[in-house]
Amino acid sequence: MADVYTMGIDIGSTASKCLILKNGTDISGYAVIGAGTGTSGPKRSVEQALSNAGITINEISGITATGYGRNTFSEADWIVSELSCHAIGIHAVFPDVRTLIDIGGQDAKAIRVSTTGKLENFVMNDKCAAGTGRFLDVMARVLELDVSELAERDAMAENVVNISSTCTVFAESEVISQLSNNVNICDLVAGIHRSVAVRTAGLAKRLGIVEPVAMSGGVALNSGAARALERELGIPVRIPPLPQINGAYGAAIYAWEHRKQER
Amino acid sequence: MSDSIEKKPAKIVLRELQNKIAEEAWEAKKRGEKVGWCASNFPQEITTAMGIPVVYPENMGAAVGAKGGGQRMCEYAEGMGYSGDLCSYSRINFAYADLKKCEEMEIPFPDFLLCCNNICNCMIKWYENLALEMNIPLLLIDIPHLDERTCDEDRIRYIRAQFDDCIRQLEEITGKKMDLEKLKSVMEVSQRSSRAWLRAVGYMASTPSPFSGFDIFNNMAVANVGRGTIEAAEAFEQLADEYEALAAKGESTFKGEEKYRILFEGIACWAHLKYTYKALQTRGINLTATIYGPAFSFLYGNLDELMAAYAYVPNSNCFERELELRVNDALKNKVDGAIFHMNRSCKHWSGNLYEMERRFREQTGLPTIVFDGDQSDPRCFSEAQYETRVEALVEIMEENKKKEVKA
Repeated sequence: MADVYTMGIDIGSTASKCLILKNGTDISGYAVIGAGTGTSGPKRSVEQALSNAGITINEISGITATGYGRNTFSEADWIVSELSCHAIGIHAVFPDVRTLIDIGGQDAKAIRVSTTGKLENFVMNDKCAAGTGRFLDVMARVLELDVSELAERDAMAENVVNISSTCTVFAESEVISQLSNNVNICDLVAGIHRSVAVRTAGLAKRLGIVEPVAMSGGVALNSGAARALERELGIPVRIPPLPQINGAYGAAIYAWEHRKQER
Repeated sequence: MSDSIEKKPAKIVLRELQNKIAEEAWEAKKRGEKVGWCASNFPQEITTAMGIPVVYPENMGAAVGAKGGGQRMCEYAEGMGYSGDLCSYSRINFAYADLKKCEEMEIPFPDFLLCCNNICNCMIKWYENLALEMNIPLLLIDIPHLDERTCDEDRIRYIRAQFDDCIRQLEEITGKKMDLEKLKSVMEVSQRSSRAWLRAVGYMASTPSPFSGFDIFNNMAVANVGRGTIEAAEAFEQLADEYEALAAKGESTFKGEEKYRILFEGIACWAHLKYTYKALQTRGINLTATIYGPAFSFLYGNLDELMAAYAYVPNSNCFERELELRVNDALKNKVDGAIFHMNRSCKHWSGNLYEMERRFREQTGLPTIVFDGDQSDPRCFSEAQYETRVEALVEIMEENKKKEVKA
C-alpha cells in the first residue's frame, strides 16, 4: 500500500512550524521558521518541511492548520485549536502525560490531557505578556544575548537574582538597573527564568496539576527555563524531543486520523 | 387587521419604552424639575413612587461602549488624570461630565446623585467625585456586603433607616412628597415586572432555548431603569408570552442550530458585543445561562423584604451563595460549558473570577474558559485570544457530547 502523508502546520505569533507525517507515525520532515502569522513564515515552513521530507505538496493527503494564524491558511482541510493539537501531540510522545505546559511566543497554556489524548480542560495567561516567550525575547535583547544562549548562562548562575516585576516593561527596567549595578549576567538570567517559571506554575496550579507533567513550546528548548519550572512545581517535567513542533505534530496526527476515518 | 398582526414584538416595545423613559427625563429637566443620576441597583421604588426622574450613567456607559465611543471617552478621562484601571463606565461618565457632550448618547445633567453600593463599592468614590466636581448633593444607601447567606435583621434595620432618610432628603431636594400608597403600588408593579422578566429568561431552560441569550443584554435595560412602571410590566409579560409560545413549538430566535449551550459569566463586552456573539453563534453556541440579566429583578413581600432583596444582588452576596446561583443556573439550564469574562473594569467581578471559575468547574465538571475584556473599554479585548479559547471550548464540548452518546 502506498504511504500516506499528512501535514500539520502551527502558525504562531512569532514562528511557523510545519511537520509532515508518514502513515500517522513517522516524522518525514519538519521545519521551524522564525516568522509567524501574517509573514512569509507559513509558506516557507511548508516548503522547507516538504523539501526535508523529499515529497511534494501533491503527495499530502490532508492538512490541519493550528495556532493563531490557523484561519489564514487556505490550504487547510481542518482547522483545530492549538490547545487540542498540543494535547494530541504530547499524547503521541508521552501517552501517560496528563498535564502539559506550553509556553509560546505570546501566550502560556496549561492543558489537561485526557487518558485518550484529548483536550480535557485548559487555562491560558491573561492579557499580560509576562511568562511567555516574548518576555524572554525582550530580556535576552536587554542582556545582549541570543535566546539560545540563555540556558547556558543559567547553568552558570550562583545567586539567582529576584526579578520582582511581572510586567515585561517594568522587568526590563529592573534588569537594566541590575546590569548597571554590575550584577552577574548568569544570575540575572536565572532570575528571569524563575520569573517565567513562577508565573507559569501559577497558571498550572490554577488548572490543577495531575502528573506526569510535560512541557512544550519554544521555551521548552531552554533547559534553564525548564529546570526553573521543575523547581517551582516541585515535580519532574518531561520535555518531548521536538517541543517547538508539538502543536504541528498533533495537527498532523489529527489530519491522519480524520483521513483514516474517511477511508 | 387582527390584533396579533398589529402587535409589535416585545423587544421593540421594550426599546421604545427605554427611549420614552430617557425622553421623559429630558422633558422633566426642561420643565425645571430636579433630575438625578442614579446607580443601577438603587431602590428605584423610591424615585418611581415619588415621581422623581432619574437617569443611569451605567446604562449610558454600556450604550456608549456598544456604539463605539468607549475608547474615545475613556482616553479623554485618562487625559483628565483618571487611571486607566478605573471602571470604564466611570471613565465614560467622568468624560461626559467634563465634556458635557457625547455623540453616542447623552443624559440630562443631574441636580443630585443617588448611589447604592450593592453592585459596586468603587461606585461610592465615583459618585463622591461627581458630587464634589458638580457641587450637588449625594445620597448614598450603603448596603453591607453579605458575608453570610442571609440578610439578617440588623442589616435590614440599617438599610431601612437609610431608605427612610433618603426619602426625607429627596423630599427636601425635589420638593416632592412620598405617598406611601403610591409606594405600595410601585412595589407591586415592580414585582410584576420582575416576575415577568424572570419568567421570560426562565425559558432559557427549554431545549432549544426559544431565544438567543445575547438578547438578554438588549432587553434587560428596562428591567433596570423602568421596572416600576405598568408599561414595563406589560412589555415583560408580552416578552415572556412570546418566549413561552416559541418554547411550546420548539422554535427559537437563535440563528442556526443550538448545538451547545453555555453559561456566560459577567457583564457583556459591549464594545465587542457583535464579535463576541458571532464567534459563538457561528459555532452553534447559545447563551442559556447568565446571572447578569436576571439580577435586575427583585421579589419581596413587604418593605423589610425589599431591603433584603437589595442586599441579595449578585455583587453583594457572599461568595458561596454566588457560586451556588451559578451552579444551579448551569444545571437547570443544561449548559455544556461556561465562558467567564475577566472584565477588567469590575474589580469585584474580576477579583474572584478565577476562584469562581475553579469552583464552578469543580462542582459541575463542565469545561470553562476565561477571556480578557472590559465592559466598555475596547482596548482590553483581543479577538484572536477570544476565538482560540472559544474554539478549544467547542472541541471539548464536542468530545463530551460524543462520550455522552457512547454512554
